Amino acid sequence: MSQTRPAERSRTYADHARPWWQRVLLTPEMAIIALLAIVVLVASLTVRNFATPITLTFLLLDVATLLLIALPMTMVMITGDIDLSVGSMVGLSSVVIGMMVQAGQPMGLAATTAVGVGILGGLVNGLLITRLQLPALAVTIGSMALYRGIAVGLLGTTAVTAFPEEWTTLARANIPGTPIPLVMIVFAVALAAFVVLLHFTTFGRGTYAIGRSRDAALFNGVAVDRTRIILFVLSGAIAALAGVYYTLRFGSARGDNAMGLELQVIAAVVLGGVSVFGGRGALHGVVAGVLLIGVLSSALRLAGVTSDVINIITGVLLVLSVISGSILTWARSVRARPSSATPAQA
Amino acid sequence: MVTPTSTTTPETAAPALELRGVSKAFGRVVALRDAQLELHAGSIHALVGENGAGKSTLVKIIAGLYPRDSGTLTLDGRPVEFRSTADAKKAGIAVIYQEPTLFPDLSVTENIFMGRQPVGRFGRVDRATMRSEALALFARLGVRIDPDRPTEGLSIADQQIIEIAKAISLDARVLIMDEPTAALSGVEVERLFDVARGLRDEGRALMFISHRFEEVFALCDTVTVMRDGSYVSTDPIATTTVADIVRKMVGREVGDLFPKQEAQIGAPVLEVNGLSQPGVFADITFSVRSGEIVALAGLVGAGRSEVARAVFGVDPYRTGEVRVGGRPLPKNSPAAAMRAGLALVPEDRRKQGLILDATVASNITDAIRGRLSRGGLISTTQENDTARDWAQRLEVKTAALDTLAGTLSGGNQQKVVLAKWLATEPTVLIIDEPTRGIDVGTKSEVHRMMSQLAGAGLAILMISSELPEVLGMSDRILVMHEGRITADLPRDGATAEKVMFAATHGQAEAGQHHGSESVA
Repeated sequence: MSQTRPAERSRTYADHARPWWQRVLLTPEMAIIALLAIVVLVASLTVRNFATPITLTFLLLDVATLLLIALPMTMVMITGDIDLSVGSMVGLSSVVIGMMVQAGQPMGLAATTAVGVGILGGLVNGLLITRLQLPALAVTIGSMALYRGIAVGLLGTTAVTAFPEEWTTLARANIPGTPIPLVMIVFAVALAAFVVLLHFTTFGRGTYAIGRSRDAALFNGVAVDRTRIILFVLSGAIAALAGVYYTLRFGSARGDNAMGLELQVIAAVVLGGVSVFGGRGALHGVVAGVLLIGVLSSALRLAGVTSDVINIITGVLLVLSVISGSILTWARSVRARPSSATPAQA
Repeated sequence: MVTPTSTTTPETAAPALELRGVSKAFGRVVALRDAQLELHAGSIHALVGENGAGKSTLVKIIAGLYPRDSGTLTLDGRPVEFRSTADAKKAGIAVIYQEPTLFPDLSVTENIFMGRQPVGRFGRVDRATMRSEALALFARLGVRIDPDRPTEGLSIADQQIIEIAKAISLDARVLIMDEPTAALSGVEVERLFDVARGLRDEGRALMFISHRFEEVFALCDTVTVMRDGSYVSTDPIATTTVADIVRKMVGREVGDLFPKQEAQIGAPVLEVNGLSQPGVFADITFSVRSGEIVALAGLVGAGRSEVARAVFGVDPYRTGEVRVGGRPLPKNSPAAAMRAGLALVPEDRRKQGLILDATVASNITDAIRGRLSRGGLISTTQENDTARDWAQRLEVKTAALDTLAGTLSGGNQQKVVLAKWLATEPTVLIIDEPTRGIDVGTKSEVHRMMSQLAGAGLAILMISSELPEVLGMSDRILVMHEGRITADLPRDGATAEKVMFAATHGQAEAGQHHGSESVA
């Protein structure tokens, strides 16, 4: 501001306290990426048939749903909220397109309607949480049951499988000449959009601010409630979109599709370095977290390990990742303690 | 229980509670210096002092919440050591805080006997005994509260009575009440006083902390004044006056420590008309002109910060309006307030002012992130350049721009908050407790900066609980008492006594007495 006295420009500040390689490498995200690289390497060397194009294709087809839903979930969790209704929204979206296709509606319209339902479901979550000031955990446990209930109620225990051949083929097709499924293009576009939104916009800054201190964000003029509502809407919309893919990929619309998916997504997001208390996390870590879970279960399955054991291993990994965060924080606080007793020196 | 039943202090007996030479420091901040206090059985003692005089610290030491650094604490002449609040309770000390801490879902009876329920056979909780004992307690206190209802929905006054009942059932011999009347109505205050007098006549020692002198004079037998963490005096109420006490509370010379430069006072920039929020503040009307520093003085809880938050749009208000530069400001929108040129440096720096987990650079640019972006996209380079510029202007001491704000010292954190708001180029700066918890050197730097900003035409509204700061820095002083503005004093006519008087009394007395007469 021009009103203050001309400052004595005696002091200069470095942009960063640590050199660039430390800032880039010594992060929780890098730890997960390194772990992913190690697991891929070990699996390629020791598990027969792991390092093959067909394994890669199926791995990516499997994790695509998780990858998509993890993007908005990351932002929701960075604000300190959580969305437990995403698995049910996948089921509801599946039922919506199933019923519309069964009624002879074109696939495009069915998919659009499903995403519309997702937006509506997200809006309901967001409004209940912000207007009634209820915890996201409580509200989305409720809507998890509600959306699942609607889905099962609409379609009963039957399944719709009569999807147009060209659509189901498309959902499983690869990018020509590669072992990479087409759906990864959808994911790449969504990822780019979310990276820009979270890491390069004022909206993203507001998202972090809300998670770090809701009070301070409010005093800084961040539209706290509007931001949270928008994120729940994004979460619902992307979950519905993922539901469309999920349905076409398996060629089956059922009310109980993607049961329990929300926990897998949240586990992967937390594994990727997002704090359950909000304020911390980045998308590259989350992508690595989802891939790590996908690679581990794929490799272990190929190695003949049963699914119970796979669950135990991913569970242990998740607990370790949460503990390692606390240990790091504790270590930092121990290191910081002597310096906080004496005021910061010039 | 102690036996003396006379209401006069038995001079020969050892005090029920005595503190001598008690000191306590938090880091480098000395909260108590050589404090002393004597409470006698069968007597009600008042403890008064400005905000920050050390009253609460003293109470917390007695309650076993803080360990003391030095000095002695004796009960009936025996030295005691409290390692926890449980130790203090066991020794017969009960503290009743302004906000009772009861379990809202449990019944009144359950609350009184929490953690020590009478048990019958097989360890079963004996509800009947519990209930009849609760009824006996209320009968003894002369109050009527249904022992079976949940405490949720009870008035603060009733909740305090329950705390007192709890204390008596524990056979507490020393009862300390920290501003118990702050949230009570006239009738409720009377009932509390009757209960207190009854307990005194039973031979218990009571201490009463209050900012309301009428109450001190109506209820208490002796009064101790504290100032700046030190003991000032103890006198029998009968031989002292309100004027005496105020003089002792203020006590220090207000020199030219806080020089406000002469500034060209211009047109009103911030105008607040009839702002009211039921239960919080009422009919708040004032204006701040460009180049002017207006202080909003008063005691903690008078509603000053609440007014600031409402003006800035963080909190709601029912009626009234706020104008900035002549144009009305919409309610409930900090973003709109910022666009209109308002800036608020909040009271709680660590919770509201800063994001401790974020870097210095992002904290400085948080309030202008919209301006630093193009089409919503933020330029990190521009962000760092702006942050560097403002860190330099305010001489923030930080290792780098990406240092976490939480690791800076209090004074430097305050500079970061100031930098953030000055970067918005405001026309009105509201600054809540500008120098709380920061060292003397940085304090005068902040004062110099505020003075220069006013000199450059900024309108400043300063909320402060430090009288020297209020008297030294401001062109005009508004004093609030219980949600209302009770005085509007020009710089020349303002004295510490007048401000304290208006802060502790209603409007009428503030105008007539000017703190020179006793209300006893």
